[in-house]
Amino acid sequence: MAESIDAQAEARRLSRREFIKRVIASGAVASSASFVMGGMAGCAPRTRAALAGAAERLISIDVNGELRRVDVLPQETLAMTLRYKLGLTGTKLSCDRAECGACTVMIDGVTHYSCSTLTHMVRNRKVVTIEGLRGADGALHPVQQAFVDELAPQCGFCTPGQVVAAVALLQRNPNPTREEARQAMAGNLCRCGAYDSYLNAIMRATGNTGEIHHG
Amino acid sequence: MANAANNKHLGKDFLPPDVIAKVTGEAKYAEDFRADGMVFARLLSSPYPHARVRSIDLSEAEKVPGYVGVLLPEDVNNPAPPESPLLTMEPGYIGSAILLLAAESETAAQDAIDKVRIDYEPLPFHLDPLVSLRPDGPDAHTGGNVGGAGVELQTIKWTNEDFANAPAGAMPMGKAAQEWTYGDLDAGFAQAKLIIDTPFVHASNSHHSMEPRTAMAYWQNGKCILHVSSQSQSFILPAVAGMIGIPPSDLVIIAEFCGGGFGSKGAAYTLQALPALLSKKLNRPVMMRISRAEEYYHGAARMGFQGQVKLGFAEDGRLLAADLYIIQENGAYASFPDFRNAADGLSLMYQPAAMRWRGLPVFANSPWRTAQRGPGYNQIMHIMEPLLDQAARELNIDRLQIRLKNSPERKGVFGSRRTAVTSCYVREALERGAQIFNWEEKLRLHGQRNGSKITSVAVGQAFHPAGFTGFDGLVRILPTGKVHIHTGVGNLGTFSHSSTSRIAAEVLKVDWDDCVIERGDSRRHLPWNIGQFGSNTNFTMARTNFVAATDAVNKLKAIAARRLGGNAEQYDVDGKRVFRRGSPGTGLTYAQAAQLAIQYGGSFDGHELPEDINAMTKESAAALAGTGLIGVAKDTLPVDGAPSAFAVGFVQIELDLETGKHTIVDYVGVADCGTVIHPAGLETQIKSGAVQGFSVAALERIVYDPQIGLPASIGYYQAKPATYGDVAHRFHTSAVDSPDPSSPLGTKGIGEPLLGCAASALLCAISEAVGGHVFNRTPIVPDMILNHLHGRPQAHGPLQVNCQ
Repeated sequence: MAESIDAQAEARRLSRREFIKRVIASGAVASSASFVMGGMAGCAPRTRAALAGAAERLISIDVNGELRRVDVLPQETLAMTLRYKLGLTGTKLSCDRAECGACTVMIDGVTHYSCSTLTHMVRNRKVVTIEGLRGADGALHPVQQAFVDELAPQCGFCTPGQVVAAVALLQRNPNPTREEARQAMAGNLCRCGAYDSYLNAIMRATGNTGEIHHG
Repeated sequence: MANAANNKHLGKDFLPPDVIAKVTGEAKYAEDFRADGMVFARLLSSPYPHARVRSIDLSEAEKVPGYVGVLLPEDVNNPAPPESPLLTMEPGYIGSAILLLAAESETAAQDAIDKVRIDYEPLPFHLDPLVSLRPDGPDAHTGGNVGGAGVELQTIKWTNEDFANAPAGAMPMGKAAQEWTYGDLDAGFAQAKLIIDTPFVHASNSHHSMEPRTAMAYWQNGKCILHVSSQSQSFILPAVAGMIGIPPSDLVIIAEFCGGGFGSKGAAYTLQALPALLSKKLNRPVMMRISRAEEYYHGAARMGFQGQVKLGFAEDGRLLAADLYIIQENGAYASFPDFRNAADGLSLMYQPAAMRWRGLPVFANSPWRTAQRGPGYNQIMHIMEPLLDQAARELNIDRLQIRLKNSPERKGVFGSRRTAVTSCYVREALERGAQIFNWEEKLRLHGQRNGSKITSVAVGQAFHPAGFTGFDGLVRILPTGKVHIHTGVGNLGTFSHSSTSRIAAEVLKVDWDDCVIERGDSRRHLPWNIGQFGSNTNFTMARTNFVAATDAVNKLKAIAARRLGGNAEQYDVDGKRVFRRGSPGTGLTYAQAAQLAIQYGGSFDGHELPEDINAMTKESAAALAGTGLIGVAKDTLPVDGAPSAFAVGFVQIELDLETGKHTIVDYVGVADCGTVIHPAGLETQIKSGAVQGFSVAALERIVYDPQIGLPASIGYYQAKPATYGDVAHRFHTSAVDSPDPSSPLGTKGIGEPLLGCAASALLCAISEAVGGHVFNRTPIVPDMILNHLHGRPQAHGPLQVNCQ
């Protein structure tokens, strides 16, 4: 009951829109109860037992400009929180070992492998995932549009990570050369081998059409 | 690139309908789905390369909080050996699945797995087929050491004399499981000016699909709803249903997106059925996540080869005789006929006047092997193309010219049956590529030094069969006027589900905006189609969409005649209307005709269906009956030969003689894929196929500890697929763009040889950079190059496998 009163008091302080957002977020906590995932497969049983005994925490994280409240295990990775508790499945898990970049997100504008970032580490920091790149009107981000125009994705599994890495690159260097882009993107694997198409897309997004290679 | 002038869609770029979802993260792969009450399952994998499970004790596991249940080997119907078991009491490699355990959370599932007590009896194992062929060599599993790939399970042991008779470094060649011959081999070698006789090794290599083969299943109203990672849609359904033990009509497969397969997710595989079976047992939805390491266990690998090839060349470079022996490493279970395909590939690409092939597929205690982009056809090119350069050098012939000298004619024949291809334009591809690459000019750069780096240029070529016949097409015109094209092809990332659907749009002459593609979920009533593998989609699906759309056009005309008078032959279509020739005002819109189709019933709206279509197509069409005009037909079009795709690649590299590392400076890829269906898609495939080729040729590793059978390449950083840093600095792409006469609109596939030609070109370029030394081994990695340059012995034995 105490929580309920607190929630009502808080609601009076919040705008209607903000309140609804938080209700939705707490709903996500409830519905994710059966999806408690440790990402601990492969760890020694003793390690898992020790961590399982640690206190669980309800924390708030800023994801794509929204404050999301979520129940997070001590050992939980950001990729698992995003995918299994916040429903943001655009962030992909491929290696789960910081090798491939399929899970790339931006934290305070810097790319991170969310498979190897603990969710507890991102409190009070701004997380941007692939779902956060579209404009308020639903329009594709210019980088996303360039990826479409260049038919850059193939199977598409690495693409969200490639897009986020490219957006982060252009935020810190709006006009990279093709070679600079290649270096910057080197943390993102694409087994289909669409690298040249991705580089074309980044050059298109920068307006550097002279470095788009076709034919 | 494309000869598109007379076509509405063919040869023109378009926006594939699934591409937006790929850049926004909205594309849902198997692990992206959830179901109420879903539990998580983990596999218990064998820690032994070969063992017998004496007993399984679950008593402690069952006490773990959150434990829900388990699927055991006794719960599944395993196929007869040597096919891959679903769960096994005789694990055949480290990583073999023994049981699947579910719990309320994945962590609890893993905790419970750790509490399962299994009593193993370790059995002898091996990782080298030649070891198993020794008189006293171990077998990878009980029942025999040879089999699968169309060869009966059997035991073949060579004699000590077979091994002793092989010259040092050469491959012993005892009894083969299969062989064929054509022509007079002895006469060919007797006439030869040059004979090359050499052993070779082609390493196995993993598929590295970025989406692990996670699957999620639940049951609803007696039907199994299964989310899987699959290259193919309709094609896998009957086989997966069989593994689950239900009729195909009780299985729903959802595979709208697939995060890479490269052959390893083309046909049904056992991990697709496991969560469905456990879900049925538990009456709970089951999510079975597969880790990266598990993907390397269960995600298959290309067949490795050990072999010997003897080639006899005439003075002008013509290949007179070829004698090929291949041992194929199968992994632990039945695999793919790469060793047979390789022989067909050699015989077609170089047209030897006489040829013998012998081979056998041998099991080893390594993970499942299956088709990987260009199964067998590409490996043999990687082996042969550097040898062709060696012959050119010794006979003083230009390396391009020796390929032109031996390349097949337009209706080239191959294999022991001397089967003709439907079309071949590889000569034109070589000439086109040489022109774009500027071969003569680049040859002047060949051998130039820049500090520690040396420039090298080379050419490579490859072939793969490219089409099947006999599948079904299904299109539907709705009373809204929209054309729904139902396609059971999968989504491998080539966009061919859409590009081949445009064949139907082309025949119906409709605008692309008026088309809706129905795919990715068997509840969308899909026809029986081939899987998306083997470079076949373009040819096969062009034909199915052509016959279905033709059936729809005929029905449009028949409806118009019935409504407006005259006979059907007097009517034509323009994409919006069916109208009377000479009287354009007399006609119906497609929307009106669709409404009339429903009114007339019978075959017009799918209430009567052709007898010869597959049961799956029949069921789909019946479900759609009464919703519009149904065009449905089986592809019974004539075919004159074996559909075949060819590709060539020209490469310029710099090889650093101090480090053994290479840089790809320039690459030109040219495809013979018939009429180009989708220029942008083709360009992407030529480039990315080349990237995979560079990867196979000089980067990837598959390593096992021979003492304990433990794999050392179960992560990307260990297995080393190509990265941004490994791609060519400049790609050029082109196509011959000449129609295949057996394809209704001239199209044929291209996927596989685009890897093989690039890998071959790079292997040749590296070999030529170090004075024409032929390594007889794929991949060629820097330490091999440095050992050669410094006169040191190689770290591997001449025929050693799974070591680099």
